[in-house]
Amino acid sequence: MGGSTLTPATLIVERDGLDALIGELRAQHRTVLGPLVRDGVITHGEVTGIDDLPIGWTEQQSGGTYRLQPTGTDEIFAFSTPSESWKRYVHPPRALMLRARREGPAITVETPRPEPEPVAFFGVRSCDLAALGILDRVLLDPEATDPNYAVRRSDIFIVAAGCSTPAATCFCASMQTGPSPTSGFDLSIAELKGSEPLSYLIAAGTERGAEVLGLLPGRSATAADHEHATAVHDQAVAAMHRTLDAADPPRAAAAPEHPQWNDIAERCLACGNCTMVCPTCFCSSVEDTTSLDGNHTDRTRVWDSCFGLDFTHMHGGPTRTSIASRYRHWLLHKLVTWQDQFDSSGCVGCGRCITWCPVGIDLTAEIPKLARAATEVAP
Amino acid sequence: MTDTAAAVNAPSPMEPSMYRVTARDVESHDTVTLTLAPMADALPAPNPGQFFMLWAFGIGEAPISVAGVTADGSIVHTIRAVGAVTDALVALRPGDPVGMRGPYGTSWPVDAAAGADVLVVAGGLGLAPVRPVIDAIAADPSRFRSRRVLIGARTPGALLYPGASARWESQGVAVQRIVDRAGPDWTGPVGLITKLIEQSTLSEHTHAFLCGPEPMMRFSAMALIDQGVPPEQIWVSLERNMHCAYGHCGHCQLGSLFVCRDGPIVSWAAAQAVVRIPQR
Repeated sequence: MGGSTLTPATLIVERDGLDALIGELRAQHRTVLGPLVRDGVITHGEVTGIDDLPIGWTEQQSGGTYRLQPTGTDEIFAFSTPSESWKRYVHPPRALMLRARREGPAITVETPRPEPEPVAFFGVRSCDLAALGILDRVLLDPEATDPNYAVRRSDIFIVAAGCSTPAATCFCASMQTGPSPTSGFDLSIAELKGSEPLSYLIAAGTERGAEVLGLLPGRSATAADHEHATAVHDQAVAAMHRTLDAADPPRAAAAPEHPQWNDIAERCLACGNCTMVCPTCFCSSVEDTTSLDGNHTDRTRVWDSCFGLDFTHMHGGPTRTSIASRYRHWLLHKLVTWQDQFDSSGCVGCGRCITWCPVGIDLTAEIPKLARAATEVAP
Repeated sequence: MTDTAAAVNAPSPMEPSMYRVTARDVESHDTVTLTLAPMADALPAPNPGQFFMLWAFGIGEAPISVAGVTADGSIVHTIRAVGAVTDALVALRPGDPVGMRGPYGTSWPVDAAAGADVLVVAGGLGLAPVRPVIDAIAADPSRFRSRRVLIGARTPGALLYPGASARWESQGVAVQRIVDRAGPDWTGPVGLITKLIEQSTLSEHTHAFLCGPEPMMRFSAMALIDQGVPPEQIWVSLERNMHCAYGHCGHCQLGSLFVCRDGPIVSWAAAQAVVRIPQR
């Protein structure tokens, strides 16, 4: 996203302004994807106007628990992280990579590329925005580029939304990825919680964002509006109680054979839920499926999880046979070796792995225990 | 941010090039050496130690190290049937097509060993990925102070390339072979390959290239270090499950390494910390 010569543009709108924003993005022939209530959770799907958004809903999240709750207000963004991240739209769970046909001795191969489709991501949380940036580093690495990811990523209008109501599982503030978006968006919305009438401060991050902003009904933002937004941000930071001390993961990594890993393994079911909901977990398997006549073959990339026993399978069997070794691989990759590989953490503090773990394993609780245990065995 | 516009038009990393089997040499009951020639444009020439993804149509892909490149640019692969894909590759016959992607990964730093004592330690099928190193040192005696090759196998019948061993010896390379279990015709030494390492004269001037099962490389590296070989001059070829070969599928991770990209050839100095931890 360019826009280095951008003049800062902000606007105060009310609900009709947000509705107009969705309408304008749709008028640009974009499929607008945003938060909505479905299947008992707030997740993502196509939205056609603000009535599709989770107005008046929040949720309670904790280890292994997610419950929708009414807020009794008209607030639109009073929830935290939707159950799923945006990963599925840019790195789909299942994608065709190659299609081959054999006719006699001849084999023809095509590598299909998805059609570029203009979309808008509406209401992207700051943690999820950071996660998209991390996926970009992995899948758009100039040394190894996934062109299909590039196509899906190429025309996304991003409307970010600051978080006013973090869940109990959130720790973006300590990961320095939130709760308010600072870059990587076209527009960013801050819900001015408690304002009368309920209003929204929208800031443009790109030229095209500023152009859209210019089409919306609203008024210019005052110093008081900006102070209000800052107060909402500060309250959100104060409401987050989980933290992850950046010094702890390397300490935990220093004792990979400590019995504390087995303590986690006794609870971990190796179901892989954490890797599916993680907005940055990118691992996949590559599967060839062949027709019964043996002449047509499709190669599909399918999300995979390092918690599966088959993940490390070789001719002699899997390398990581114990659950402890697989949990260790996941956690240390996410928090330590990711840093070596991609110059960033693989964790953005969204807390989904805590919520969607069926037994409620909480990495923010495990990491300090592992780090402490490691220092006990240190020479 | 990365240049998405350029990436959109990048070629698909999954696109195979079609090759044809031009020769098939049976090494043992489950192992063959295939020579593969391009049907159209050839892929870039591999460096010693690199691998290709070989595709058996209708079955799938497997990473196979390069055992050699012929004078006309054909690629030589030695393949053991240990699963569905390798079963299908081993069953290929001259004239059959095979898809190839690559070459991938890091290579054996043979040039860095110029002027030094070169030691190659190969166990079982591990002789295939270091064969280009042996061919290179055998062809160029004046570049190295000394040249020694230690080859281990479970049984005499499992020793690869018997003809090549005789040729390397005729080119002045010291070749020693050892088996775990001798047969009636075996007059050579019996035992683990570390026994041959312990009997060798090694020093800080030794550059060692190790390939074989991971425990064999681990014990060999430790035996080399005991004899004063610096870990930075010991190179191993690592093996992990690979699906994509370009660092996106995640399967081959070993600590910070994507073995497909940061390996398979890694210095023991870099590999030892992770390789020595069980199930890492």
